Amino acid sequence: MTLPLLEMENLRVSFPTPSGRVDVVKGLSFTLGRERLGIVGESGSGKSMTGRAIMRLVRRPGQQIADKMIFDGIDLQAQSEREMRHLRGARVSMVMQDPKFSLNPVMTVGAQIIEALKTHERLGRKDMKARMIEMLHSVRINDPERVINLYPHEVSGGMGQRIMIAMMLIPKPDLLIADEPTSALDVSVQAQVLELIDELVRDKGMSLILISHDLNLVARYCDRILVMHAGEVVESCAAKDLHKATHPYTRGLLAAVPKMEEDRDQLPVLDRSAWSGT
Amino acid sequence: MSTDISKSHRLKRTVLSLGGFIIVTLLTFIGLMAITFFIGRVIPIDPVLSIVGDRATQEQYDTVRLALGLDRPLIIQFISYIGDVFQGELGHSISTNRPVASDLLKVFPATLEMATLGIVIGVGVGVPLGVWAAAYHGTWIDQIIRVFALLGYSVPAFWLGLVGLVVFYANLGWVSGPGRVDIFYEGLVEPRTGLLLIDSALAGDWDVFWNALDHLILPASILAFFSVAYIARMTRSFMLDQLGQEYITTARAKGVAEWRVIWTHGFRPIRVPLITVIGLSYAALLEGSVMIETVFSWPGIGNYLTVALLNADMNAVLGATLVIGAVFILINRISDVLYRVLDPRSR
Repeated sequence: MTLPLLEMENLRVSFPTPSGRVDVVKGLSFTLGRERLGIVGESGSGKSMTGRAIMRLVRRPGQQIADKMIFDGIDLQAQSEREMRHLRGARVSMVMQDPKFSLNPVMTVGAQIIEALKTHERLGRKDMKARMIEMLHSVRINDPERVINLYPHEVSGGMGQRIMIAMMLIPKPDLLIADEPTSALDVSVQAQVLELIDELVRDKGMSLILISHDLNLVARYCDRILVMHAGEVVESCAAKDLHKATHPYTRGLLAAVPKMEEDRDQLPVLDRSAWSGT
Repeated sequence: MSTDISKSHRLKRTVLSLGGFIIVTLLTFIGLMAITFFIGRVIPIDPVLSIVGDRATQEQYDTVRLALGLDRPLIIQFISYIGDVFQGELGHSISTNRPVASDLLKVFPATLEMATLGIVIGVGVGVPLGVWAAAYHGTWIDQIIRVFALLGYSVPAFWLGLVGLVVFYANLGWVSGPGRVDIFYEGLVEPRTGLLLIDSALAGDWDVFWNALDHLILPASILAFFSVAYIARMTRSFMLDQLGQEYITTARAKGVAEWRVIWTHGFRPIRVPLITVIGLSYAALLEGSVMIETVFSWPGIGNYLTVALLNADMNAVLGATLVIGAVFILINRISDVLYRVLDPRSR
């Protein structure tokens, strides 16, 4: 195997509270090749902060520090803010949870997509528009000419998320971080959006970090899975070996997932005493 | 073909909304007149007595009462009041012994000039300060701007006016003193708009222009200080709210430069609430700051209204109230239109 795309060693993200700094990510390490990595965990487990930390987007007063954070041979921690901006969007991109909040309400969809492209590439107006139309076609928007003049409140959630994906993929990044990309969407649309991300990631040979709280979903769309709990990785395994997971938290989560052909009357409640000792 | 249809459709919509705009504005204005008329009738001042004086005979009293039309039913009086107002007839002022309308035409531009310069400075300084404070939230820059804004809230206007005069006029001599122009420049330019700066510029009389600006700059700056404080505070809190939004993170994740994140993604959405703040602040300045106008002997509407009130000069009070009310209506209506231009969600 060639050099890994991303090497992360001992990442810590902390926030100040009245009673001192609290670590929300406590020493996370992983390497990522040209693959699809899933990060699963409950609310507050630090999975979103991990995604942001890779782009160095943890805002003050939050702080992030790692022993090693190397992306494609570039030491991310040694980059100036300006150099980081050249990487964001162009090499590492992020799709966020809810298009209702993650798209700017007073800019047209087209202007926002063009902005993503213009920030990283010098192209003529016509070429830029052509790229945008092509990109929108590839996220299955059939009438891009009409859509680019709409404002975010005029499109549906599923369409909004496809626009978000188009916006984040148009500068052709190497790594896409999808932070709960379907949690705000209708169940029927969720599969469509994930299939789309999956297809685009494979076609363009990108790496994907899919952050989610849904074990099944992650197991289906990823090669490898990290299970996070309270800021730490408790389980790391190949997606197909998920059923062999050993940590009690992962086992508890798996046991709580309902199956199609089962006759359990009650789903078990996660028994936290098994690992946290409380 | 389809573009033709949408064009005529758009034109129709524009005409309709313009018509609606005018009707709503007129209705509000008539409502305002009803209120001023009502105030004029319930205030315990006898308009007849204030004309004839308390030593007039009953006969004289009745004649004037008839002449003023006060014997007619209230509704008829109100209708004729509306008619008068639309013809620019606001009655006679007993304190200046001139028609109220022509008085207002003289005093309102003086206030307008000062308030406009004040709000221009207020917006020009207050908005960037507020954005700056929000962008550096929690740092010493933010703290200094907050203290400055708090000062603007708490310092009394008359004190600041007096100190300003002592420092910049009496000691440093940087600006001219009270009044709109020096006495030997008075009446030199023909009052076309009543705004001295514009009139003198139109007449090409630059001596008067610079002299008027010299007189205007200190009181306008002091007025501006208060609106800077208010606008900066509001801008800061709107911006803080915006900068915490998800789409700001989206913009950063796209690699957009920080100044663009702040001005394009953060600032654009707050223009709508800011317009309300700026509009109200401008309207408050147009009401005429009695304190500032008194300290600077500025012949503005605040001064006029105060003198009229002290002399129980009902026509002048009602006329000035009507003008101030009309200004509020107009500014609110303009804000409404600007909302629709700036916020795609309200179209």
